Amino acid sequence: MASLKDMRNRIASVKATQKITKAMQMVAAAKLRRAQEAAQSARPYAERMDGVLANLASKVADKKSAPQLLVGNGKDQVHLLIVMTAERGLCGGFNSNIAKLARQDAQKLLAYGKTVKIYTVGRKGADSLRREFGKSFVERTDFQGVKQLNFDHAQGIANKVLGMFEAGDFDVATLYFSEFKSVIAQKPTALQLIPAKIPEVKDEGAKTASAVHEYEPSEEEVLGDLLRRNVSTQLFRGLLENAASEQGSRMSAMDNATRNAGDMINKLTIKYNRQRQANITKELIEIISGAEAL
Amino acid sequence: MAGTFKFELVSPERVLISVDADQVVVPGAGGDFAVLAGHAPFITTLRPGVLDVLAGGAKRRVLVKSGFAEVDPSRLTILAQAAYDVDEMTPAIIARELSAAEADLAAAKDDAAQSAADSLVNELRRISAKAA
Repeated sequence: MASLKDMRNRIASVKATQKITKAMQMVAAAKLRRAQEAAQSARPYAERMDGVLANLASKVADKKSAPQLLVGNGKDQVHLLIVMTAERGLCGGFNSNIAKLARQDAQKLLAYGKTVKIYTVGRKGADSLRREFGKSFVERTDFQGVKQLNFDHAQGIANKVLGMFEAGDFDVATLYFSEFKSVIAQKPTALQLIPAKIPEVKDEGAKTASAVHEYEPSEEEVLGDLLRRNVSTQLFRGLLENAASEQGSRMSAMDNATRNAGDMINKLTIKYNRQRQANITKELIEIISGAEAL
Repeated sequence: MAGTFKFELVSPERVLISVDADQVVVPGAGGDFAVLAGHAPFITTLRPGVLDVLAGGAKRRVLVKSGFAEVDPSRLTILAQAAYDVDEMTPAIIARELSAAEADLAAAKDDAAQSAADSLVNELRRISAKAA
Protein backbone atom coordinates (compact mmCIF):
# COMPACT_ATOMS: atom_id res chain seq x y z
CA MET A 1 0.00 0.00 0.00
CA ALA A 2 1.38 3.36 -1.04
CA SER A 3 1.90 5.76 1.77
CA LEU A 4 0.02 9.04 1.91
CA LYS A 5 3.16 10.94 0.98
CA ASP A 6 3.65 8.81 -2.12
CA MET A 7 0.11 9.47 -3.21
CA ARG A 8 0.48 13.20 -2.69
CA ASN A 9 3.57 13.14 -4.87
CA ARG A 10 1.76 11.14 -7.51
CA ILE A 11 -1.10 13.62 -7.63
CA ALA A 12 1.30 16.54 -7.87
CA SER A 13 3.12 14.91 -10.77
CA VAL A 14 -0.06 14.21 -12.72
CA LYS A 15 -1.13 17.79 -12.15
CA ALA A 16 2.17 19.04 -13.53
CA THR A 17 1.73 16.86 -16.62
CA GLN A 18 -1.78 18.15 -17.06
CA LYS A 19 -0.49 21.70 -17.02
CA ILE A 20 1.99 20.88 -19.77
CA THR A 21 -0.56 19.17 -22.00
CA LYS A 22 -3.00 22.00 -21.43
CA ALA A 23 -0.37 24.54 -22.47
CA MET A 24 0.53 22.49 -25.55
CA GLN A 25 -3.11 22.33 -26.51
CA MET A 26 -3.47 26.09 -26.32
CA VAL A 27 -0.28 26.68 -28.27
CA ALA A 28 -1.46 24.23 -30.94
CA ALA A 29 -4.81 26.01 -31.14
CA ALA A 30 -3.09 29.33 -31.79
CA LYS A 31 -0.74 27.81 -34.34
CA LEU A 32 -3.60 25.99 -36.00
CA ARG A 33 -5.39 29.24 -36.65
CA ARG A 34 -2.32 30.67 -38.33
CA ALA A 35 -1.73 27.51 -40.35
CA GLN A 36 -5.33 27.48 -41.47
CA GLU A 37 -5.10 31.09 -42.59
CA ALA A 38 -1.94 30.32 -44.52
CA ALA A 39 -3.61 27.36 -46.22
CA GLN A 40 -6.62 29.44 -47.05
CA SER A 41 -4.73 32.36 -48.55
CA ALA A 42 -2.69 29.99 -50.68
CA ARG A 43 -5.83 28.62 -52.27
CA PRO A 44 -6.49 31.29 -54.96
CA TYR A 45 -3.11 30.69 -56.57
CA ALA A 46 -3.58 26.95 -56.72
CA GLU A 47 -7.10 27.31 -58.07
CA ARG A 48 -6.12 29.65 -60.90
CA MET A 49 -3.20 27.38 -61.68
CA ASP A 50 -5.47 24.34 -61.82
CA GLY A 51 -7.90 26.15 -64.08
CA VAL A 52 -5.34 27.24 -66.63
CA LEU A 53 -3.57 23.91 -66.52
CA ALA A 54 -6.76 21.94 -67.02
CA ASN A 55 -7.63 24.01 -70.05
CA LEU A 56 -4.21 23.70 -71.56
CA ALA A 57 -3.90 20.01 -70.91
CA SER A 58 -7.23 19.27 -72.56
CA LYS A 59 -5.87 20.90 -75.69
CA VAL A 60 -2.76 18.83 -75.96
CA ALA A 61 -3.91 16.40 -78.58
CA ASP A 62 -0.63 14.93 -79.58
CA LYS A 63 0.43 12.73 -76.69
CA LYS A 64 3.86 12.08 -78.07
CA SER A 65 5.05 15.63 -78.12
CA ALA A 66 3.37 16.45 -74.82
CA PRO A 67 5.69 17.32 -71.93
CA GLN A 68 6.85 14.36 -69.87
CA LEU A 69 5.70 16.02 -66.70
CA LEU A 70 2.16 15.67 -68.01
CA VAL A 71 2.11 12.26 -69.66
CA GLY A 72 5.04 10.61 -67.94
CA ASN A 73 8.11 9.19 -69.60
CA GLY A 74 6.35 6.04 -70.69
CA LYS A 75 7.77 3.89 -67.93
CA ASP A 76 6.36 2.77 -64.63
CA GLN A 77 9.32 1.09 -63.01
CA VAL A 78 10.91 3.41 -60.48
CA HIS A 79 8.59 5.10 -58.02
CA LEU A 80 9.56 8.06 -55.89
CA LEU A 81 7.54 8.46 -52.71
CA ILE A 82 7.74 11.91 -51.21
CA VAL A 83 6.67 11.49 -47.60
CA MET A 84 5.81 14.67 -45.76
CA THR A 85 5.59 14.55 -41.99
CA ALA A 86 6.10 16.82 -39.03
CA GLU A 87 9.30 17.71 -37.25
CA ARG A 88 7.87 16.92 -33.85
CA GLY A 89 5.82 14.23 -32.22
CA LEU A 90 3.10 14.35 -29.59
CA CYS A 91 0.45 14.96 -32.19
CA GLY A 92 -1.63 11.81 -31.99
CA GLY A 93 -1.58 9.51 -34.98
CA PHE A 94 -0.56 12.24 -37.40
CA ASN A 95 2.95 11.10 -38.28
CA SER A 96 2.31 7.39 -37.99
CA ASN A 97 -0.78 7.56 -40.21
CA ILE A 98 1.15 9.17 -43.05
CA ALA A 99 4.03 6.76 -42.59
CA LYS A 100 1.61 3.84 -42.52
CA LEU A 101 0.01 4.82 -45.82
CA ALA A 102 3.39 5.30 -47.45
CA ARG A 103 4.61 1.99 -46.06
CA GLN A 104 1.62 0.08 -47.39
CA ASP A 105 2.03 1.57 -50.85
CA ALA A 106 5.76 0.93 -50.85
CA GLN A 107 5.20 -2.71 -49.94
CA LYS A 108 2.58 -3.06 -52.65
CA LEU A 109 4.94 -1.57 -55.23
CA LEU A 110 7.76 -3.82 -54.11
CA ALA A 111 5.47 -6.83 -54.38
CA TYR A 112 4.83 -5.88 -58.01
CA GLY A 113 8.56 -5.84 -58.59
CA LYS A 114 8.91 -2.08 -58.85
CA THR A 115 11.78 -0.07 -57.48
CA VAL A 116 10.93 2.28 -54.65
CA LYS A 117 12.82 5.42 -53.74
CA ILE A 118 11.87 7.55 -50.79
CA TYR A 119 12.27 11.26 -50.25
CA THR A 120 11.31 12.28 -46.74
CA VAL A 121 10.33 15.77 -45.76
CA GLY A 122 10.30 16.20 -42.01
CA ARG A 123 12.18 14.27 -39.38
CA LYS A 124 9.43 12.05 -38.01
CA GLY A 125 8.66 10.30 -41.28
CA ALA A 126 12.33 9.55 -41.83
CA ASP A 127 12.59 8.13 -38.32
CA SER A 128 9.66 5.77 -38.69
CA LEU A 129 10.48 4.53 -42.19
CA ARG A 130 14.22 4.21 -41.79
CA ARG A 131 14.27 0.74 -40.27
CA GLU A 132 12.27 -0.83 -43.07
CA PHE A 133 13.22 1.26 -46.09
CA GLY A 134 16.49 2.86 -45.02
CA LYS A 135 18.19 1.64 -48.18
CA SER A 136 15.57 3.30 -50.39
CA PHE A 137 16.14 6.78 -49.00
CA VAL A 138 17.45 9.06 -51.70
CA GLU A 139 16.86 12.52 -50.29
CA ARG A 140 15.66 14.20 -47.19
CA THR A 141 14.68 17.71 -46.24
CA ASP A 142 14.06 18.79 -42.69
CA PHE A 143 12.48 21.99 -41.54
CA GLN A 144 13.83 21.99 -38.05
CA GLY A 145 13.65 25.47 -36.58
CA VAL A 146 11.60 26.84 -39.47
CA LYS A 147 8.91 29.05 -38.02
CA GLN A 148 6.83 29.99 -41.01
CA LEU A 149 6.79 27.89 -44.14
CA ASN A 150 7.04 29.88 -47.33
CA PHE A 151 7.06 29.14 -50.99
CA ASP A 152 10.84 28.99 -51.17
CA HIS A 153 10.78 25.83 -49.07
CA ALA A 154 8.44 24.16 -51.55
CA GLN A 155 10.52 25.49 -54.43
CA GLY A 156 13.63 23.93 -52.94
CA ILE A 157 11.99 20.51 -52.78
CA ALA A 158 10.50 20.93 -56.24
CA ASN A 159 13.90 21.76 -57.74
CA LYS A 160 15.39 18.59 -56.28
CA VAL A 161 12.48 16.47 -57.50
CA LEU A 162 12.54 17.98 -60.99
CA GLY A 163 16.29 17.56 -61.16
CA MET A 164 15.94 13.89 -60.31
CA PHE A 165 13.16 13.46 -62.86
CA GLU A 166 15.19 15.06 -65.61
CA ALA A 167 18.15 12.88 -64.73
CA GLY A 168 15.87 9.86 -65.15
CA ASP A 169 16.16 8.78 -61.53
CA PHE A 170 12.49 7.88 -61.29
CA ASP A 171 9.38 7.50 -63.46
CA VAL A 172 6.48 8.25 -61.16
CA ALA A 173 6.40 10.55 -58.13
CA THR A 174 3.74 10.40 -55.46
CA LEU A 175 3.30 12.81 -52.61
CA TYR A 176 2.16 11.63 -49.17
CA PHE A 177 0.73 14.18 -46.83
CA SER A 178 -2.20 14.66 -44.52
CA GLU A 179 -5.17 16.49 -45.89
CA PHE A 180 -6.77 18.93 -43.50
CA LYS A 181 -10.48 18.17 -43.42
CA SER A 182 -11.31 19.80 -40.12
CA VAL A 183 -9.80 20.29 -36.70
CA ILE A 184 -10.78 16.78 -35.67
CA ALA A 185 -10.35 15.02 -39.01
CA GLN A 186 -7.13 14.73 -40.96
CA LYS A 187 -6.85 12.28 -43.77
CA PRO A 188 -3.53 10.86 -44.94
CA THR A 189 -3.52 11.23 -48.70
CA ALA A 190 -1.44 10.07 -51.65
CA LEU A 191 -1.26 12.49 -54.54
CA GLN A 192 0.40 11.65 -57.82
CA LEU A 193 2.76 14.46 -58.67
CA ILE A 194 4.55 13.28 -61.80
CA PRO A 195 3.00 12.64 -64.29
CA ALA A 196 0.67 15.41 -63.24
CA LYS A 197 -2.90 14.58 -62.33
CA ILE A 198 -4.82 17.24 -64.19
CA PRO A 199 -8.14 18.31 -62.72
CA GLU A 200 -11.10 17.99 -65.02
CA VAL A 201 -12.57 21.15 -66.44
CA LYS A 202 -15.78 21.39 -64.47
CA ASP A 203 -17.20 24.64 -65.67
CA GLU A 204 -18.53 24.34 -69.19
CA GLY A 205 -18.41 28.11 -69.55
CA ALA A 206 -14.74 28.26 -68.65
CA LYS A 207 -14.05 25.64 -71.25
CA THR A 208 -15.49 27.61 -74.12
CA ALA A 209 -14.02 30.85 -72.83
CA SER A 210 -10.55 29.41 -72.78
CA ALA A 211 -10.87 28.11 -76.30
CA VAL A 212 -10.29 31.62 -77.59
CA HIS A 213 -7.22 32.34 -75.50
CA GLU A 214 -4.05 33.04 -77.32
CA TYR A 215 -0.77 31.85 -75.94
CA GLU A 216 2.56 33.52 -75.87
CA PRO A 217 5.24 32.36 -76.59
CA SER A 218 3.36 29.15 -77.56
CA GLU A 219 0.98 26.68 -75.98
CA GLU A 220 3.69 24.09 -75.50
CA GLU A 221 6.06 26.49 -73.84
CA VAL A 222 3.43 27.92 -71.53
CA LEU A 223 2.33 24.40 -70.63
CA GLY A 224 5.89 23.28 -69.96
CA ASP A 225 6.47 26.28 -67.74
CA LEU A 226 3.20 25.78 -65.92
CA LEU A 227 3.82 22.10 -65.26
CA ARG A 228 7.11 22.87 -63.53
CA ARG A 229 5.37 25.50 -61.47
CA ASN A 230 2.58 23.08 -60.72
CA VAL A 231 5.01 20.71 -58.99
CA SER A 232 6.11 23.36 -56.53
CA THR A 233 2.57 24.60 -56.07
CA GLN A 234 1.35 21.11 -55.19
CA LEU A 235 4.27 20.62 -52.84
CA PHE A 236 3.53 23.94 -51.21
CA ARG A 237 -0.10 22.95 -50.79
CA GLY A 238 1.03 19.68 -49.22
CA LEU A 239 3.29 21.51 -46.79
CA LEU A 240 0.56 23.91 -45.73
CA GLU A 241 -2.10 21.24 -45.38
CA ASN A 242 0.33 19.17 -43.38
CA ALA A 243 1.14 22.06 -41.09
CA ALA A 244 -2.53 22.67 -40.40
CA SER A 245 -3.20 18.95 -39.92
CA GLU A 246 -0.29 18.60 -37.54
CA GLN A 247 -1.55 21.36 -35.30
CA GLY A 248 -5.13 20.10 -35.45
CA SER A 249 -3.98 16.62 -34.60
CA ARG A 250 -1.83 17.87 -31.76
CA MET A 251 -4.65 19.94 -30.42
CA SER A 252 -7.06 17.03 -30.15
CA ALA A 253 -4.36 14.71 -28.83
CA MET A 254 -3.45 17.18 -26.11
CA ASP A 255 -7.09 17.81 -25.35
CA ASN A 256 -7.51 14.10 -24.72
CA ALA A 257 -4.39 13.97 -22.63
CA THR A 258 -5.57 16.88 -20.50
CA ARG A 259 -8.90 15.22 -19.93
CA ASN A 260 -7.30 11.88 -19.06
CA ALA A 261 -5.03 13.60 -16.59
CA GLY A 262 -8.08 15.25 -15.02
CA ASP A 263 -9.80 11.87 -14.63
CA MET A 264 -6.68 10.41 -13.14
CA ILE A 265 -6.35 13.24 -10.63
CA ASN A 266 -9.97 12.72 -9.53
CA LYS A 267 -9.45 9.04 -9.01
CA LEU A 268 -6.20 9.52 -7.15
CA THR A 269 -7.71 12.21 -4.95
CA ILE A 270 -10.59 9.95 -3.94
CA LYS A 271 -8.18 7.16 -3.17
CA TYR A 272 -5.99 9.53 -1.20
CA ASN A 273 -8.91 10.80 0.91
CA ARG A 274 -10.15 7.28 1.65
CA GLN A 275 -6.71 6.26 2.76
CA ARG A 276 -6.40 9.34 4.95
CA GLN A 277 -9.77 8.69 6.57
CA ALA A 278 -8.93 5.05 7.11
CA ASN A 279 -5.75 6.10 8.88
CA ILE A 280 -7.64 8.49 11.12
CA THR A 281 -10.24 5.87 11.97
CA LYS A 282 -7.53 3.39 12.75
CA GLU A 283 -5.82 5.78 15.11
CA LEU A 284 -9.10 6.56 16.87
CA ILE A 285 -9.83 2.90 17.35
CA GLU A 286 -6.37 2.41 18.81
CA ILE A 287 -6.86 5.28 21.27
CA ILE A 288 -10.35 4.16 22.28
CA SER A 289 -9.42 0.53 22.75
CA GLY A 290 -6.37 1.66 24.68
CA ALA A 291 -8.58 3.73 26.99
CA GLU A 292 -11.03 0.82 27.43
CA ALA A 293 -8.29 -1.55 28.42
CA LEU A 294 -7.40 0.58 31.42
CA MET B 1 -11.12 54.79 -72.22
CA ALA B 2 -13.22 51.70 -71.91
CA GLY B 3 -13.40 51.81 -68.12
CA THR B 4 -11.83 49.58 -65.55
CA PHE B 5 -11.18 45.89 -65.26
CA LYS B 6 -10.47 43.55 -62.37
CA PHE B 7 -6.78 43.19 -61.66
CA GLU B 8 -5.49 40.49 -59.34
CA LEU B 9 -1.92 39.80 -58.34
CA VAL B 10 -1.64 36.43 -56.63
CA SER B 11 1.45 34.92 -55.05
CA PRO B 12 1.60 31.31 -53.85
CA GLU B 13 1.19 32.55 -50.32
CA ARG B 14 -1.69 34.99 -50.70
CA VAL B 15 -3.58 37.46 -52.85
CA LEU B 16 -1.38 40.55 -52.95
CA ILE B 17 -3.45 43.01 -54.92
CA SER B 18 -7.07 42.93 -55.96
CA VAL B 19 -8.28 46.22 -57.43
CA ASP B 20 -10.23 47.68 -60.30
CA ALA B 21 -7.48 49.00 -62.52
CA ASP B 22 -7.49 51.37 -65.46
CA GLN B 23 -4.32 50.11 -67.02
CA VAL B 24 -1.58 47.63 -66.18
CA VAL B 25 1.71 47.32 -68.00
CA VAL B 26 2.95 43.73 -67.80
CA PRO B 27 6.47 42.49 -68.57
CA GLY B 28 5.59 39.53 -70.78
CA ALA B 29 8.11 36.94 -71.91
CA GLY B 30 7.86 38.23 -75.44
CA GLY B 31 7.95 41.91 -74.52
CA ASP B 32 6.05 44.37 -72.36
CA PHE B 33 2.36 44.86 -73.02
CA ALA B 34 -0.29 47.13 -71.60
CA VAL B 35 -3.67 45.75 -70.60
CA LEU B 36 -6.77 47.92 -70.83
CA ALA B 37 -10.36 46.89 -70.28
CA GLY B 38 -11.59 44.75 -73.15
CA HIS B 39 -8.22 43.24 -73.98
CA ALA B 40 -8.30 40.14 -76.15
CA PRO B 41 -8.03 36.99 -74.02
CA PHE B 42 -4.58 35.53 -73.85
CA ILE B 43 -2.14 33.77 -71.57
CA THR B 44 1.57 34.44 -71.38
CA THR B 45 4.54 33.71 -69.21
CA LEU B 46 6.33 36.62 -67.58
CA ARG B 47 9.93 37.61 -67.39
CA PRO B 48 11.13 39.27 -64.18
CA GLY B 49 10.28 42.94 -64.32
CA VAL B 50 8.10 45.73 -63.04
CA LEU B 51 4.32 45.90 -63.28
CA ASP B 52 2.91 49.39 -63.68
CA VAL B 53 -0.54 49.49 -62.18
CA LEU B 54 -2.77 52.48 -62.80
CA ALA B 55 -5.89 52.32 -60.64
CA GLY B 56 -8.17 55.24 -59.86
CA GLY B 57 -5.47 57.82 -60.62
CA ALA B 58 -3.00 56.15 -58.23
CA LYS B 59 0.08 54.54 -59.66
CA ARG B 60 1.78 51.49 -58.17
CA ARG B 61 4.88 49.73 -59.26
CA VAL B 62 5.35 46.10 -58.35
CA LEU B 63 8.39 43.97 -59.04
CA VAL B 64 7.51 40.42 -60.06
CA LYS B 65 9.87 37.50 -60.37
CA SER B 66 8.62 35.01 -62.95
CA GLY B 67 5.06 33.84 -63.23
CA PHE B 68 2.31 34.06 -65.78
CA ALA B 69 -0.57 36.30 -66.71
CA GLU B 70 -4.07 35.41 -67.76
CA VAL B 71 -5.91 38.14 -69.62
CA ASP B 72 -9.65 38.28 -70.20
CA PRO B 73 -11.69 41.23 -71.47
CA SER B 74 -12.89 41.98 -67.96
CA ARG B 75 -10.05 40.60 -65.89
CA LEU B 76 -6.30 40.32 -65.51
CA THR B 77 -4.86 37.69 -63.22
CA ILE B 78 -1.16 37.51 -62.58
CA LEU B 79 0.26 34.52 -60.78
CA ALA B 80 3.69 35.58 -59.61
CA GLN B 81 6.15 33.46 -57.77
CA ALA B 82 7.39 36.45 -55.79
CA ALA B 83 6.36 40.08 -55.84
CA TYR B 84 7.47 43.25 -54.07
CA ASP B 85 5.95 46.68 -54.04
CA VAL B 86 8.73 48.84 -55.42
CA ASP B 87 8.00 51.77 -53.09
CA GLU B 88 8.20 49.49 -50.08
CA MET B 89 11.50 47.91 -51.01
CA THR B 90 14.25 48.87 -48.59
CA PRO B 91 17.88 49.07 -49.70
CA ALA B 92 18.51 45.90 -47.68
CA ILE B 93 15.90 43.93 -49.62
CA ILE B 94 17.16 45.30 -52.92
CA ALA B 95 20.72 44.35 -52.08
CA ARG B 96 19.68 40.85 -51.05
CA GLU B 97 17.61 40.28 -54.16
CA LEU B 98 20.32 41.74 -56.35
CA SER B 99 23.01 39.44 -55.04
CA ALA B 100 20.66 36.45 -55.40
CA ALA B 101 19.87 37.47 -58.97
CA GLU B 102 23.53 37.93 -59.83
CA ALA B 103 24.26 34.49 -58.45
CA ASP B 104 21.46 33.12 -60.65
CA LEU B 105 22.89 34.90 -63.64
CA ALA B 106 26.31 33.41 -63.04
CA ALA B 107 24.80 29.94 -62.61
CA ALA B 108 22.38 30.15 -65.56
CA LYS B 109 22.83 27.18 -67.83
CA ASP B 110 20.64 27.94 -70.83
CA ASP B 111 19.62 31.04 -72.73
CA ALA B 112 16.18 31.32 -71.20
CA ALA B 113 17.47 31.18 -67.63
CA GLN B 114 20.22 33.61 -68.50
CA SER B 115 17.96 36.21 -70.05
CA ALA B 116 15.49 35.94 -67.17
CA ALA B 117 18.22 36.44 -64.59
CA ASP B 118 19.73 39.21 -66.68
CA SER B 119 16.52 41.21 -66.88
CA LEU B 120 15.97 40.80 -63.14
CA VAL B 121 19.47 42.10 -62.41
CA ASN B 122 18.94 45.09 -64.70
CA GLU B 123 15.59 45.88 -63.16
CA LEU B 124 16.97 45.70 -59.64
CA ARG B 125 19.92 47.95 -60.54
CA ARG B 126 17.52 50.50 -61.94
CA ILE B 127 15.41 50.41 -58.78
CA SER B 128 18.40 50.71 -56.49
CA ALA B 129 19.76 53.63 -58.55
CA LYS B 130 16.45 55.39 -58.19
CA ALA B 131 16.26 54.65 -54.47
CA ALA B 132 19.74 55.97 -53.83
